[in-house]
Amino acid sequence: MCSLSKEMSPPTVSVDTVRSKINDDSLRLIDVRREEEYNQGHIPNAVNLPLASLLSGDSPESTVKLFEEMGIGDSTEVIVYDDTFGALASRIAWTLQYIGHKNVALLEVTYSQWKELGLKTNTEKPNIKPVKHSLNLNSDIMATAEYLENAKEKDNVVLIDNRERLNYLEQHIPGSINIPYRTLATDGKILRTKESMRNLLKNRGISEDAEIITYCGSVGTLSGLAYYALKSIGIPNVKLYVNSFKEWKKLEKPIGKQENAAYWDLSAD
Amino acid sequence: MAQQLRPSKSASKKPKIDWSRREEADNFAHTVKLYRQGKIDHDSFRRFRLQHGAYGTRMTDDYAMVRIKIPAGQIYPHQLEKIAELSEMYSIGSAHLSTRENVQLHWVVLEDVSEIMHGLADVGLTSREACGNTVRNVMCSPLSGVCNDEEFDTTPYALATARFLLRNPLNQALPRKFKFNFSCCEKHGMTRIVDVGLIPQVRELDGKKERGFKIFLGGGLGNKSFVGHQLEDFTPEEDILYTSIAVLQIFDRMGDRKNMARNRMRYLVDEMGWDKFKNLILKQRAVVRTTQSVIIKLNINQKPNEIKRPISVSNENGSIPDGYARWLKTTTYKQKQEEYRAVFVTLESGDITANQLRAMAEITKDFSAEGFARNGFSQDIILRYVHESDLPKLYSRLLESGLANSGSLTMASPVGCSGTTSCNLALTNSHRLAKEIQRKFLELKLDEDDDLRDATIKISGCPNSCGQHEIATIGFFGGGARVGNDMYPNYSMSLGGRFDDKSMLGVTCMRVPVKRTIPVILKIIELYKKNKQSDDTLSRWIDRIVHGNESSEIKSVEDMKKILSPLVIPPSKDDDPDFYADYGSDTSYHTMTGKGECAA
Repeated sequence: MCSLSKEMSPPTVSVDTVRSKINDDSLRLIDVRREEEYNQGHIPNAVNLPLASLLSGDSPESTVKLFEEMGIGDSTEVIVYDDTFGALASRIAWTLQYIGHKNVALLEVTYSQWKELGLKTNTEKPNIKPVKHSLNLNSDIMATAEYLENAKEKDNVVLIDNRERLNYLEQHIPGSINIPYRTLATDGKILRTKESMRNLLKNRGISEDAEIITYCGSVGTLSGLAYYALKSIGIPNVKLYVNSFKEWKKLEKPIGKQENAAYWDLSAD
Repeated sequence: MAQQLRPSKSASKKPKIDWSRREEADNFAHTVKLYRQGKIDHDSFRRFRLQHGAYGTRMTDDYAMVRIKIPAGQIYPHQLEKIAELSEMYSIGSAHLSTRENVQLHWVVLEDVSEIMHGLADVGLTSREACGNTVRNVMCSPLSGVCNDEEFDTTPYALATARFLLRNPLNQALPRKFKFNFSCCEKHGMTRIVDVGLIPQVRELDGKKERGFKIFLGGGLGNKSFVGHQLEDFTPEEDILYTSIAVLQIFDRMGDRKNMARNRMRYLVDEMGWDKFKNLILKQRAVVRTTQSVIIKLNINQKPNEIKRPISVSNENGSIPDGYARWLKTTTYKQKQEEYRAVFVTLESGDITANQLRAMAEITKDFSAEGFARNGFSQDIILRYVHESDLPKLYSRLLESGLANSGSLTMASPVGCSGTTSCNLALTNSHRLAKEIQRKFLELKLDEDDDLRDATIKISGCPNSCGQHEIATIGFFGGGARVGNDMYPNYSMSLGGRFDDKSMLGVTCMRVPVKRTIPVILKIIELYKKNKQSDDTLSRWIDRIVHGNESSEIKSVEDMKKILSPLVIPPSKDDDPDFYADYGSDTSYHTMTGKGECAA
């Protein structure tokens, strides 16, 4: 089980790869935007899966069914994109991995960037034949609140909060460190270059053989992106606390806070 | 819809000077590591950190504030864009513009500071010597070059001075920080409240015009403030570098390195007496002049900036949005260059979001004929060389980005230091108070009142004057007071401060609880209206009161205090719990400070 993540394809694929495979039947492109946006234009042959549709029936079984209806079988190569700096696409890709799908990656740019590059889009919906997909839960990449509480006792576990700095200062899971999701991107790509990602972790003193758990505000999107940023440099043991801070608060778990400073008043928002 | 002024994206003009050194970023990252490993002691690390422009943060060692120097205040569109990006990646998604032409990123994880330094190196900026016992950012009036009253543009002199001093061994370990300020004229600078202040002047000798400066030394605001002294009638331009070096050498040699509370140069001047200090400087200058080679002349780039009005696409016959006349009147300055204006963009306490920074970058490219923006002295951004016929369009664009507040050139744009939002020394949330006052003034349209135009409000969160309260018409600095066991934030109010050719520090009037500051200010305005003379202004009226020259019912600061005192009586906590809380906080108030770092 532990070696599963190593068998996974690289987390992002280049624009050129996608262009060359667009008409390939073995490839399924997933567009994670709202339906209206998708209808106005998308990468050719992409199917639409708004994140809300995935979240509405979140059991592994219903998730498998959802992907089956999109024509995704065990060996289908899946590439996911969005227009939300890769965060929503990450959450979909992570879910596929979680149900045991191995061949899934993120497009390295957003839909807007794809268009800015002058690449092809259209409004046609592809014909889809439902197929079968097996269910092999990959629980190694998932963290629950209970797991988190126990993991915190262990050495060499790093908990990363990917929300914006002010939200983190105000409330966070005790012992977490903050890497805002904006830190994860580079100009024009949804993820930093490997070199600068390594450098960021090195500066922060995060060892690449640590077990790293990411979380964000509510459903694991921003932290899903962080999951892939960490995977992009080959960190073996990364988990997503998918229900994130929203659940943590609901469960009335302990909360850390930066005290005695009125930092919100520094914001111009 | 945004009006597209130009068919394609305008290019960002590039700055003439690269202030950065990339290797300093790597060195910083490495040093942080050594510090965390316990291989460098706390005090040494702190000195190093401050030297590189990373300041401590309130109640924590985990975060820093990175102070980016903008020498002479000149900031280019691509630099604004980079700061926007860095603020989202490593800070709070907003940046803060200071009163000293710095741009500050707060709540940065100490380990990420080097990443910011790398980003700054991409666009030629630095935070080096922005803090610590060094020569801080060299300031220049945002109107230099366009001011109607100036003798000549001092911007090239400010830039050359900054360039000469940055990383210069001369100023790496002074007794204390050291500040330069170049003005355009008597009105628009702050030359008398800094260590070295310079105002351009021209004299005629044998029918030839000669450039020079009035140089003021030994001023400064702080726990104890002083107004600077003029060194001599006329300092020729070739002497300003010699003078600066002489002053730095004397301060370095004779300044107090022991008593942290009294080691700014102004204390040395005060203790020694001005005449003695002046003679020392003049003698030292003679030594510097004879012992230095010509190589150390200031490298003054007198090549004028290209002024090229961005090409406007045909006016879309757009209607002018509401509020234009008010904005035009209260935020723009007619330049000496015909048909051009300088537009002062006011920000609440100097805070600007990443998106606003990006908008400002685009707007600068689209509207400024000189292609860059300037930072001002009031936590603002100034866009110069805007053609008058482009002003309505500019107003629309600023409006879209929430940058079109009126009143930047009036009393309705108070200054507030960072206060308890990030500073270790702060006792009150001065930052938020300035925002509250600005909102109230705009709501009451007081920015449109010509009588109030030349008055100022400035607020510091402690006695240390970062908010420059002592040179404000109405100034406040924060403290705490109590009723029984219950504490509340309480500001000391001073009146009549000014920083022009009659510079003086405000006269202490009384203490005002934070939740009474706005009623007190409004009451002062009401009293002024009742007692004003024809053709009067609030600042002139207050000036007469603090000098005992007023003939109406309020003849002195004491009279003012008497009339205002009913407003500041604390209610019981049961009657008015809000009175006991600071702005931005719903918990009961208590003072709490950490160690100040200015002196490290």
